[in-house]
Amino acid sequence: MKVELPDHELMHSGHVGCPGCGAAVAMRFLLNGLGEKTVMVIPACCWSIIAGPYPQSTLKVPVLHTAFETGAAVATGIRAALDVRGERDVTVVTWAGDGGTFDIGFQALSGAVERNEDFLYVCYDNEAYMNTGIQRSSSTPYGAWTTTTPGRDWKKMRKKNIVEALAAHRIPYAATASIAYPDDLVAKVKKARSIRGSRFIHIFSSCPTGWRIPSELSIKIARMAVQTNIFPLYEVEGGVRYTINLKPKGYLVKEYFRLQGRFSHLTEEDLDQIQEMVEEDWELLLRKAGTMPSL
Amino acid sequence: MWQVMEGSHAVAEAVRLAGVQVISAYPITPQTHIVERISEFCAAGLLEARFLRVESEHSALAALIGASTAGVRTFTATSSQGLAYMHELLHWASGARLPIVMAEVNRALAPGWNIWTDQTDSLSQRDTGWIQLYCEDGQEVLDTTLQAFRLAEWVNLPVMVVLDAFFLSHTHEPVQVPSQEEVDRFLPPFSPSFRLNTETPCAFNQLATPAVYMEMRYSIQQAMASALERFPQLEDAFQTIMGRRYGAVEEVSTADADVILVTSGTVTSTARGVVEALRNRGEKVGLLKIKLFRPFPAEAIRRHLRRAAKVAVLDRNFSFGAGGIFAQEVRAALCNLKDRPQVFGYIVGLGGRDVTPALITEICRKTWERAHPEEADEWMGLTEVPYESGTAGP
Ligand SMILES: Cc1ncc(C[n+]2csc(CCOP(=O)(O)OP(=O)(O)O)c2C)c(N)n1
Ligand code: SF4
Ligand SMILES: [Mg+2]
Repeated sequence: MKVELPDHELMHSGHVGCPGCGAAVAMRFLLNGLGEKTVMVIPACCWSIIAGPYPQSTLKVPVLHTAFETGAAVATGIRAALDVRGERDVTVVTWAGDGGTFDIGFQALSGAVERNEDFLYVCYDNEAYMNTGIQRSSSTPYGAWTTTTPGRDWKKMRKKNIVEALAAHRIPYAATASIAYPDDLVAKVKKARSIRGSRFIHIFSSCPTGWRIPSELSIKIARMAVQTNIFPLYEVEGGVRYTINLKPKGYLVKEYFRLQGRFSHLTEEDLDQIQEMVEEDWELLLRKAGTMPSL
Repeated sequence: MWQVMEGSHAVAEAVRLAGVQVISAYPITPQTHIVERISEFCAAGLLEARFLRVESEHSALAALIGASTAGVRTFTATSSQGLAYMHELLHWASGARLPIVMAEVNRALAPGWNIWTDQTDSLSQRDTGWIQLYCEDGQEVLDTTLQAFRLAEWVNLPVMVVLDAFFLSHTHEPVQVPSQEEVDRFLPPFSPSFRLNTETPCAFNQLATPAVYMEMRYSIQQAMASALERFPQLEDAFQTIMGRRYGAVEEVSTADADVILVTSGTVTSTARGVVEALRNRGEKVGLLKIKLFRPFPAEAIRRHLRRAAKVAVLDRNFSFGAGGIFAQEVRAALCNLKDRPQVFGYIVGLGGRDVTPALITEICRKTWERAHPEEADEWMGLTEVPYESGTAGP
């Protein structure tokens, strides 16, 4: 797949993320799609650290670091202030982890998108609270080990489907994206940027540290998540118009699971059960989209 | 222009006159009349502001943190549970040095549900880095709200304007409403030296290591100290235009008083009547009203109280395991004086119970009669409460 990215970089070369950090890759692509006229809100998450300590900053756009659960509300306030000041050409973007989006920040996010506040909310999803040491979130997938779901208490609940929850608010634009598909990711960012109202992009971002994977497998695993239908790439416009962006090869989920230390305790039967769950979710998505992608 | 209005509407008038640009609030009794009136101003085009009808108090303050950092004048109002819910972001607003103004209607905290006045909600936020100003009547509410914007924008700290539930928020009084021209002379437009913008991109509120955090905290204290120093200058400017001033504290007949009552909020008005009545009977009693609670005007308090033999502090609030909060602060302000008055603490009117002239007179009498204060502050007007222990034993 050919990747065409703009040559301007809005991220400095230095950052303090772990080697192979998918969240750092995701930010770089996001900024490629956004450009300089961007104001960024970052609630507590790994990126509170990755962005660098005072007086340094990894990003070349203005950043407001804020409390864990406030990403959507702070963006609401910034948008209002910029409107009052007549700065309509600036895009307000919240960049939050899965914990800050699916869990503690969900009330503020739901409230803001119900009001159709004019911002882009991007969730980089590494499927746990990584900043605090790999604890379970409602985005942690079925079957995963985390430090709060150790041993036989591995997570027995499904991952919350955040895009569906956002789509249910009938927001203008919601989409998934992956660090393994940068052209698709950047195209979605650009599309989202051109729309007014609440926009949501959910980016799958591998985390070598938390997933117990070698750092060089970060991108490969993100690609496998798409190709196994675990993390399909799709868009929902107006809460109802579904488009699946990529026709996956349909690998078995066990090929994805077997690469990751966080799933090493799962038995063949567990993996069969997960395969069924993934197929069920995929069929549901196909029904909503109405067609198979013809890519 | 004189108008008869509720304390809540006095707040709203000040917000309109101050030309606030972004308002964000969530309803809670007894704050609702404030936000309803502001909504009417916005709907009628009398105030050109964005009113954000967010889904919680937490988001109300979060939105203002965003808006204020982006460089506009901001306002919110809340009470009790709502203020407690904002707690995390109260620290954030002051730490980020944002001049956000809030009207806080003193209401008791649950359980049990109680919507009546009690200061424990705002006083339990005393360490959050917000300037706190307590008001006595409708005029003071309007004036203090206007002053709050100028003070906040002068020292880069958030300000809480505090008023009693119902006794002030819902009580109609004649209030002199200044003209727009007068307010504009007092309060220049907000133009901060730093703001979130794409021309000069900066990171705000980022990771602060032990090497820098302490200095950041100290700068907040410097701002508090300068707020204390500048408050009289601010009132000079206000007085020149509006003809009114209040003082960080206000003394009534303290010069020759043997006993000085210390009050805040609407209890002060009742105490004024008691002091006058007792003075007419020849009793040497005085009154000190505390308006500015953070920063605490310790020096002014020492100056007015030091000559008295006894001080009686009326606290419509309580810190469990310690005592009345104003009494604690007054004792701390006096403790390093060589000759200092004895401080008697009285807990009154919690959860909106009436604080009557008779009750305040009784407090004066008790203070005269006792040689020394009891170890613990005295709860006034209590019916007997049997102590119930938990089930676990030694
Ligand atoms: C109110 C509050 N509770 C808890 C925390 C501690 N905390 C900081 S970041 C974080 C987890 C963040 O998880 P996520 O949003 O998934 O981002 P990640 O660290 O995984 O990138 C937690 C629990 C906090 N800062 N504030
Ligand atoms: S813990 Fe994971 S998400 Fe956080 S910096 Fe390291 S690799 Fe990135
Ligand atoms: Mg996470």
